[in-house]
Amino acid sequence: MNFQAPIGLPLPRDRAKRLLAGRGQYVDDIQLPRMLHLAFVRSPYPHARIQSIDVTEAAAMPGVVRVVAEKDLADVTASWRGKHDLFPNLKAPEHHVLARGVARWQGEAVAAVVARTRAEAEDAAEQVIVDWEELPAVVEAEDALDAAAPLVHEEFGDNLAFSAEVTHGDTEAAFQDAHLVIERSFRFNRHTGVSLEPRGLIADYDPASVSLTVHQSHQTPHQQQDLYARLLDIPEQNVRVICPDVGGAFGLKHHLYPDELAACAVSKLLGRPVKYIADRLESFLADIHCRDHSVTARMAFTTEGDIIGMEVDDLFHAGAYSQYPRSSIAEGNQIIRLCGIPYRHEHYRAAVRMAYLNKSVLGHIRSVGHPIACAATEQLVDLGARQLGLDPVAIRRRAYLSDEDFPTTSPGGIALERLSFHGCLDRALERIDVEAFRREQSQLRTQGIHRGIGFATFVDLTAIGPEYYGEGGQHISAQETCLLRLEASGGIRCYTGATDQGQGIDTGIQQVVAGAIGTRVEDVKVNSGDSELCPVGGGSWGSRGAALAGEAALRAGRELRLNILNIAGVLLQKSAESLDIRESEVVDASSGASQMTLAEVAEVGHFRPYMVPDDVSADLTVTGRYASRDRMFLPANGLHVAILDVDTDTGLIAFQRYLVVHDCGRVLNPLLVEEQIRGGVVQGIGGAVYEEFIYDQAGYLCNGTLADYLVPMAAEMPDIEVEHLETPTTTSELGAKGAGEAGTTGAMGAVLNAVNDALTPFDVTLSEVPLTPPRILRALGKI
Amino acid sequence: MTEAMKTAQIAFTVNGEAVEASVPVRRNLVDFLRNDLELTGSHVGCEHGVCGACTVLVDGAIMRGCLMLAVQADGCEIETIEGADESGRIAALQTAFHRRNALQCGFCTPAMLLTAAALLEQNGTPTRDEVRDYLSGNFCRCTGYQAIVDAVMDVAEAGV
Repeated sequence: MNFQAPIGLPLPRDRAKRLLAGRGQYVDDIQLPRMLHLAFVRSPYPHARIQSIDVTEAAAMPGVVRVVAEKDLADVTASWRGKHDLFPNLKAPEHHVLARGVARWQGEAVAAVVARTRAEAEDAAEQVIVDWEELPAVVEAEDALDAAAPLVHEEFGDNLAFSAEVTHGDTEAAFQDAHLVIERSFRFNRHTGVSLEPRGLIADYDPASVSLTVHQSHQTPHQQQDLYARLLDIPEQNVRVICPDVGGAFGLKHHLYPDELAACAVSKLLGRPVKYIADRLESFLADIHCRDHSVTARMAFTTEGDIIGMEVDDLFHAGAYSQYPRSSIAEGNQIIRLCGIPYRHEHYRAAVRMAYLNKSVLGHIRSVGHPIACAATEQLVDLGARQLGLDPVAIRRRAYLSDEDFPTTSPGGIALERLSFHGCLDRALERIDVEAFRREQSQLRTQGIHRGIGFATFVDLTAIGPEYYGEGGQHISAQETCLLRLEASGGIRCYTGATDQGQGIDTGIQQVVAGAIGTRVEDVKVNSGDSELCPVGGGSWGSRGAALAGEAALRAGRELRLNILNIAGVLLQKSAESLDIRESEVVDASSGASQMTLAEVAEVGHFRPYMVPDDVSADLTVTGRYASRDRMFLPANGLHVAILDVDTDTGLIAFQRYLVVHDCGRVLNPLLVEEQIRGGVVQGIGGAVYEEFIYDQAGYLCNGTLADYLVPMAAEMPDIEVEHLETPTTTSELGAKGAGEAGTTGAMGAVLNAVNDALTPFDVTLSEVPLTPPRILRALGKI
Repeated sequence: MTEAMKTAQIAFTVNGEAVEASVPVRRNLVDFLRNDLELTGSHVGCEHGVCGACTVLVDGAIMRGCLMLAVQADGCEIETIEGADESGRIAALQTAFHRRNALQCGFCTPAMLLTAAALLEQNGTPTRDEVRDYLSGNFCRCTGYQAIVDAVMDVAEAGV
């Protein structure tokens, strides 16, 4: 299927112009009449019983309107449990808007102060007196599963929240028969999304109309509408969630957070708008975190370098609660399904255990579980190659699934339609001369420069289908709808259920609509991020926008095009099939001669509809809907190659080159896809090299500021070369797969392999990220 | 009167307009600009001077709006992204950022533009490494920085 421009063109984004002029409107930029501000009293302890809360002094502070604890909101909002019906053995505790009786993580909100200004609310929050009884805390997953461990949730009797196993073939026999077995224990430390704009919202409850309007920095307005309606008992048709400009999200803004629900509950209690914006310390304490996995993995090889089996054991934890509404199992659950996935192998066993412990909640952040599965797999492949005397390219060439193997189902149970492992490797080798690199590497080693190359092949499970959360019992839409309206002047308004936090999906959809109809791209205006105005959709998460919302936009555009041509056909006394729309004009399909403008068609459609017979389809407001069937995911794939130097005296890493060859099917806009990849790679490098929450042995967070939680900054980051292969999915007409997480998925593995390649002469292997200078120097025996 | 309630009278120029105000002495400059003057183009990212999102110009020099109290700006000339945009002095950078897609969520962007403009004022022919070094106090989570560097280099090379 050929698609006409502007689909596929590298167009910049319309929305960016406002942001460049300082005219963006983020939630903290909005001020409403009579608006109040919220500040929280948070637990200073990882685990403590709340004996009493005395608010007398706080309530008398200047500007304070109300101080609330859990009991004050108990009648305003319901509790919830972060469960998933596909995984009935997941134990999900009851979760309250403010801690009830016991605080289970440092930073858990136990009371809230409502005041005229945020500063006054914070002043008063300091005066709330909580009588705490400190309880023993569980701070590591392994300790949590010890029979003698203190219980995080007494109702469960132990701290094992979830376990699962995937098996295929006979790994025991495979490992016995293997020529070579490589086993490593990996440690993936804890980090988070660190959106530059913190979480925040304004909840505006109107008791007169029993309605709630929430302006929120969020990825999924329709999901939040459903949650607020149910938890706060407000008719859903009266709940509106508007996501204005969102200053970065990366998965951390598609959850329900207790503190955000508290703002809504307080607004309902007081009948006034209430603003809550997390400050940076609150963000580090209370945003959803990710990773924190200990993985042991083994890979069995033949003499020739074929992979015959893999075994994986993953231990992680959810923090103190299972996140809502998606539940917290997915990171581990993805890992046990994704390990080894690029490689042909018959025998597979992977098991995961998830604990509860006394830290903040872990859950979904950009590229859930994928970087871990990729890094563990790719390090074992490299180590196997080294033992077998093969180079990293040769072993991959041999062991990859080949083009003829598709379609297939991986041993982990993932249906793979068509992937391009060999094509990506070929393209990478066109760009990087590995033999020349090896010569340069040896020569540099004689000068004390330790340069390494790391390959990481990845599969990205994008554009999740409706079966996963539908069967899971969660109200999370995996289908998309697009509404188009031809205005009387000939321009087109488009409303999508996807949301745009800067990725550019608005522009991608604009291109699809313009291409499907035949209009100029500037004649299409895309609106998103409003649960009242926009048709139902899932928002943006899990690399879904182009594949799902793009397909819905294509369907809507096709229908509007037909209706426009129907009206034009009547007016021109020609068949609709003999006409086409090009550059926003109705033209003769064969000669291209202009027949009439879209404005002339719309003018009749809007104001003189009697000119068109009733049996002619002539609606100028249409919707297109897309829901995939019979597929859980839309796997995309690619290859990362990192080249870097490791300074063996300082332990610092300096990037020399970074290449991503990526295949996300049809590319709607290469400029925007490349920028998604680059941003994702740098976020992945963050997790590989810098980003890590450090807790002390008692469970207290030690680095809660941007000064000591390190993020990638411009000076240390490389330029990133991006190449595209296009293997469109055949499950949709557009053929697009997701792209938003691919950069993050492969970066950790590529960097890990490159560092270990650089350190080959020292006979050390690092398997813990981030690869901080102390870790590197310790491995080298220098400290 | 408690410390928190103390106010002071200040007078300064913001984007060429005279401003006189009574401000709580503890209010920092960026909060005053955003909440009192409704100049919301300057953003608050970390409130301890690390992320750079609150960057504004004070007497021509780029400053962290979260590390300066509003009262310290008494008598100064302040320029925010709104002023820089309206005067047209950063138009070439804005165009280059747009063309290169050197922004995604846009939260860091006003500060990134003001910082890049400050660099080009000092050094009209920077190398890529010099651009990266100069921008290394401004956190961007979305782009990975390369497109920003490209955009600044485009403007430097065009010599505008």
